[in-house]
Amino acid sequence: MGDGEPLVRWAWIGRNWPSIQQLLVDHVIMALLPVLLGLLIALPLGLASARWRVLYQPTVGLMNVVYSLPSLAVFIVLIPVTGLAERATVIIPLTFYSLAVLIPAVVDGLEAVPDHVRQSAVAMGFGPMRRLLQVDLPIAVPVVLAGLRVATVSSISLVSVGALIGRGGLGYLFIDGWQRQFYTPIVVGIVLVVALAVLADGLLVLAQRLLTPWARARRAA
Amino acid sequence: MNWLIDFFGNPANWSGPGGIPARLLEHVEFSLVALILSMIIAIPLGLLIGHTGRGAVLVVVTANAARALPTLGLVVLIVLLVGVGTTWPVLIPLVALAIPPILVNTYEGIRGVDEDLRDAAYGMGLRGGQVLMKVLVPVALPLILLGLRVAAIQVVATATVAAYVGLGGLGRYIIDGLATKDFPSTIGGAVLVAVLALIVQLAFSLLQRVMVSPGVSRRAAKAR
Repeated sequence: MGDGEPLVRWAWIGRNWPSIQQLLVDHVIMALLPVLLGLLIALPLGLASARWRVLYQPTVGLMNVVYSLPSLAVFIVLIPVTGLAERATVIIPLTFYSLAVLIPAVVDGLEAVPDHVRQSAVAMGFGPMRRLLQVDLPIAVPVVLAGLRVATVSSISLVSVGALIGRGGLGYLFIDGWQRQFYTPIVVGIVLVVALAVLADGLLVLAQRLLTPWARARRAA
Repeated sequence: MNWLIDFFGNPANWSGPGGIPARLLEHVEFSLVALILSMIIAIPLGLLIGHTGRGAVLVVVTANAARALPTLGLVVLIVLLVGVGTTWPVLIPLVALAIPPILVNTYEGIRGVDEDLRDAAYGMGLRGGQVLMKVLVPVALPLILLGLRVAAIQVVATATVAAYVGLGGLGRYIIDGLATKDFPSTIGGAVLVAVLALIVQLAFSLLQRVMVSPGVSRRAAKAR
C-alpha cells in the first residue's frame, strides 16, 4: 500500500469496540470449550492407556495423525454435518487437537510418578482409587498442565482460521481488514489473540503454583 | 461422498494449470521452498545457541509467543504490507511460522545432550566444531527432526490458508469453492490437503528411521 495509512487508527477501535468485544467473547468460548472438553475426555483415556500399556502406542499414533490434519481442511469436511458458520464446526476439531496434546501429557504425567512413592502409598493402605486421587494425579499435575498450556495457546490461535468458514471469533477482523485493505482490524485482531493466549498461559502457570505447593517448598529449602 | 465423486471424477480437475497435479505440485513447491529457507536460518542459529548457550532465554520466550500468533492474521497483514502480485511475500509468513519449532528443537536437542558425553568427546581430543558435528548433532537428531516435522506440517497447513491472499496450491480449491459455494471442490481440496499432511508425517517417520543412528534411537525410545 505505502499510501501513508497508519498501522493503527485508534478512532476506528473506539467506534467499533462493542463489536470487537462480541468477537472476543465468541473467540474465548470457541477456544476454551474444546480444551475443557479435551481435558475431561483425556483424563479417563490417559488413565486407561497408562494402566493398559497395549493401548498406548495405537492411541498416541492416532493422535499424531489427528494433529497433523490442517485445521481448515477439518473445518470444511465437518460443514455438511454441523453447518457453515456454526460454533460446533470449529469446536469439534479443536477438541480433537486438544486431545492429541492432552492424552500423551496425562500418560507421561502418570508415568512420572516414582515407583517408591506408589509403593509407599500401597504400604500405607491406600486403595487404588484413593491412591489415584491423592497420590498419582497430584504428582502428574506439572506434566498435565504443561500439555494444557500448549493446548490452550494453540486453540486460541487456531480459532481464527474458522473465519474462513464464517465463524472465527477475532479472526473475522483479519477477513474484514483484508477485504477493505485496512491494517487496523488486522493489527487489533493479532494483538488481542496474542494477549488472550499470554493471559491464559499466565493463569495456568498460576494454577500450577497453587496446585503444587510442594514444588515451591522444595525450591525454598 | 457424492461430492468427492463429483470432484475427483471430473476430468477437468485433472489437467491444465487449475488441475490437481499442477495444484499439488505448486503446494509442494511453496512448502518446500519455505521449509528450506527456514532451515537455512533456524538450524545454524539453533546449533550456535545450543552449543554456546548464549541467547537461550530470548529464543525460548520468542518461540512461546510465536506459537500464539494467529496464522491467518499474520498472512493477511504481511501480504498487505509487502504488496500482492508476486508470490514471494506469501513465503514470508510461512517462513516466520516454520522457524520457531525448528529453532527451539535444534537448540533443545543440542542443549539436552548428556554433559558426560560432551566431556568424553573433548577428552578424546575433538575440537569444539568437531564435538558439535560428530557427537552433538547425531545425538540431537531425533529432536531436530521432530522440529522439522512440526514445521513441515504447519507449513503445508498454512499454505492452504495462504490461498486466501492469492497463493496457488491446493488451498485454491478450498477458498474458491467456498467463495462460489462449490462444495465438491471445497471438500475435495480439504481431503487432498489432509492426505498430503499425512504423507509428510509418514515421510518424516521414515526419515527418522533411516537417519538416526541405531544407538541413539534405542535410547530415545526408552526416554520417551
